[in-house]
Amino acid sequence: MTATPDQGLPTGLAGAGQPAFLSRFRLRGAVWLAVPAVLVLLVALAYPLAIVVLRSFTDPAPGLDNYVWFFQSAVNRAVLQRTFVVAAWVTVVSLICAYPYAYAMTIVGKNLRLALILCVLVPFWLSGVVRTLAWVILLQDSGVINSFLRGVGLPPVKLIRTLPGVVIGMTQVLLPFMILPIYTVMKGIDTRLLQAARSLGAKPWRAFVQIYMPLSLPGVYAGCIIVFILSLGFYITPALLGGPRSILLSSLVQNQVLSLLNWGRGGAMGVVLLVATFVLLAIAAPLMRQKHSATRREA
Amino acid sequence: MPSFSRILLGLFCLLVALLLLAPTLVVIPMSFNGNKSLAFPPVGFSWQWYDNFFTNPDWTTSFTNSLIIALIVAVVATVVGTLAAFGVTRAAARTGGLLRALLITPMVVPGVVLAIGIYAVYLDTHLVGTVTGFVLAHTMLAIPFVLIAVQANLEVFDRRLETAAASLGAGRLTVFRTVTLPLILPGVLSGALFAFITSFDEIIVALFITSPYLKTLPVQIYTSITRDADPTVAAVGTLLFLATSLIIIAGLLIGTRRGRT
Amino acid sequence: MNAPLRSAGAAIEIRKASKRYGAFVALNDIDLSIRPGEFMTLLGPSGSGKTTTLNLIAGFTDISSGTLEIGGKSVTGLPSHKRNIGVVFQHYALFPHMTVGKNVAYPLTLRGINGDDREKRVKRALDMVKMADFAHRYPNELSGGQQQRVALARALVFDPPLLLMDEPLGALDKKLREWLQLEIKRIHRELGTTFVYVTHDQEEALVLSDRIAVFNGGRIEQIGTGRELYDNPATLFVGRFIGESTVLRGAVEVSGDKTVMTIADEKVVAHGRLAGGARPVILLRPERVALKRPGAEPVSGENRLSGTVAEAIYLGSGSKYEVRLKDSTIAIVRSPLGAADFAIGDAVDVAFMPADLTLLPDDASADVTLT
Repeated sequence: MTATPDQGLPTGLAGAGQPAFLSRFRLRGAVWLAVPAVLVLLVALAYPLAIVVLRSFTDPAPGLDNYVWFFQSAVNRAVLQRTFVVAAWVTVVSLICAYPYAYAMTIVGKNLRLALILCVLVPFWLSGVVRTLAWVILLQDSGVINSFLRGVGLPPVKLIRTLPGVVIGMTQVLLPFMILPIYTVMKGIDTRLLQAARSLGAKPWRAFVQIYMPLSLPGVYAGCIIVFILSLGFYITPALLGGPRSILLSSLVQNQVLSLLNWGRGGAMGVVLLVATFVLLAIAAPLMRQKHSATRREA
Repeated sequence: MPSFSRILLGLFCLLVALLLLAPTLVVIPMSFNGNKSLAFPPVGFSWQWYDNFFTNPDWTTSFTNSLIIALIVAVVATVVGTLAAFGVTRAAARTGGLLRALLITPMVVPGVVLAIGIYAVYLDTHLVGTVTGFVLAHTMLAIPFVLIAVQANLEVFDRRLETAAASLGAGRLTVFRTVTLPLILPGVLSGALFAFITSFDEIIVALFITSPYLKTLPVQIYTSITRDADPTVAAVGTLLFLATSLIIIAGLLIGTRRGRT
Repeated sequence: MNAPLRSAGAAIEIRKASKRYGAFVALNDIDLSIRPGEFMTLLGPSGSGKTTTLNLIAGFTDISSGTLEIGGKSVTGLPSHKRNIGVVFQHYALFPHMTVGKNVAYPLTLRGINGDDREKRVKRALDMVKMADFAHRYPNELSGGQQQRVALARALVFDPPLLLMDEPLGALDKKLREWLQLEIKRIHRELGTTFVYVTHDQEEALVLSDRIAVFNGGRIEQIGTGRELYDNPATLFVGRFIGESTVLRGAVEVSGDKTVMTIADEKVVAHGRLAGGARPVILLRPERVALKRPGAEPVSGENRLSGTVAEAIYLGSGSKYEVRLKDSTIAIVRSPLGAADFAIGDAVDVAFMPADLTLLPDDASADVTLT
């Protein structure tokens, strides 16, 4: 079965055939293998982020001016709030779509499951920018949805450059990130537990709610946090689908830096976004850990 | 569960599947549009947008640029990421966990924040609009994907096989070449594929560090979308979709055949 | 005070029951009556239909044809959650996200039992399986044997008239298994609940059961007490499945009420004859056979087959021998403590009285299924 290298192996066996100091060297040697990756991250991730943070406190003058400006501006606060609201909506809508879908993936036959998995993966194969373009085509005033509405005699709906349009587009792009973790956890749930619950007197729906759903929660938490965090930093989709009234924080950052060349203010916004992301991660990380393994190891 | 709720579930899943597939279903017909318009449904039929893609230097150079950058990234990120995966899996549990958390941060850092940081650094170091600049940024973004793919394979890899090979007289490098690598190859290959796609598809950082002299395909697509309603983007999208699908399906087929033997 | 949980056991009547999955017949026209309060074991190799029968009683699968009554009422179409039957699974099936206490309380909550009453009953059930100190632990913090005891408490806490157990000890090691067998027996005695127990381990069946139903190929071969099955097996399959045995095959002549079988050039006389035209075989139990030196004085009427000792095993309580007969059949012999010792290679006679052998119709499937 799955042997976790460091635990599944008796220490005597791991060092078999070589002196003890060698196997100890080998363990330390393993960490060194990660050095190139860490270097790349230092140069291309840590250093740039440090510059962003630094500039937010120093450009144009040292101090907290940029943050004061950010939080004093009603427009900025509205955009910040909107960014969180949109992320929340995308998360909720994705969850509603993903949970039954992932559940269906676990109960259907092999071929149908393959088809359902393909449907989840296909969006990944279509270039992200092109996918957003497709939503422009679908949602625009002369788009597919409005043509359909006109066809059945309903008034057209304004979708492009509105928040609902942004939410729909982002949901589609992020849905796989919700479905896959939930499916992974559901796949590991021992369905015989449901049988056990029924034998103890639970109606099918009750067994589902009391046994299955709690056991699927780690997947739900993981999916929600990934989707929420990716939503917060989303840039292309809202930029193309949204309008001036649905601008999100990322676009504001881009605007400050590229158009207004105001590195300090753009940096401050970026830092706010960054801090929000990591605070959320820190809060959610314990939730995602599976406290009581739903899958059962054979005794 | 009674069959009524099963039917309801089936219908719901059909809708979700439709939502997932919608963009693909739109882009493909659009690429054969007879008019220079992105209004749906397309009118007439023509290959002109495919023709445009293969002849217009804006499109061909950006495509070549993307291809070169993505190939380099795939190689570099796969090597660096695979090494890191070994480090993470075989270090002590605590160190490994910490290292892993560190190495996958590029996945969660908001793209725009990262982009302005990299832009700032590149402006100072004259890396804007250079292949080196793109490769460095994209490698950083691709490492987490390689790490995850390879690590998944390494974790189910039975290390006793290495001990066994060593006991049979194989040196450490020989063990790696003849036992470890062949067994984790599926993970390495899918990591390479992820790295390639990550780079080939990357747009946010690219929008910042691009220059008129070095544009990647996503940047070209983005400018085309924002500037005019040119169905060439649909043709590009369709081609990319077909290429990725073929690669992934081939990968799946090879994977299942390997699994069977 | 601490009165044990008690419930009148339910009777089970299964008549002409079959279960088909497409073309595959999992259960072929079985009849089975289980008395209230009885400990009935369904014994058989895997795929013999014993678990299918259990699933039918539990309501996890529907019967294809025939009738099934529990406590005098037909339960056809009644879903499992309305049957009020306790079930213990081989894989424990404890809910990993609930503590031991919550797991045991779960069926009570479903039945609207709350507060003090529930606490008391949970405590009582956990006391019964000696797990009261573990109420606040999670299942993954317990050993396999502890988990199975909790599962037992959970299946019994709501006083079901019937408890089903599907190879509950299959995943445990031998020592633990033997101890838990005694625990289960004690609990059965205390409660008076009807127990239906599925196992493929014949020793376990003999230890636990009032009666045993032996399953083979979707049919019941024989129902009876352990003693009946061992001493008077109805079929070769039952004879071979329960306990150790030697099967003799040879040319057969029937004269009057005697059956004479020739093995190599030696004759074995059996009383009685088989009805019908089936080819008879002779089944010998190792304890009913004695080893004698070839020259020893024959007892009148005794059957003797000559052979050589191929294996001699000292067991403490006696010895076990494998003797190669002239036709190469290996005969198993158990000698009590104090009987003469033999060494490998010794020429011996295998001796037994006609009353100590069993004449059975030959059945090729009995050999195949056992390997």
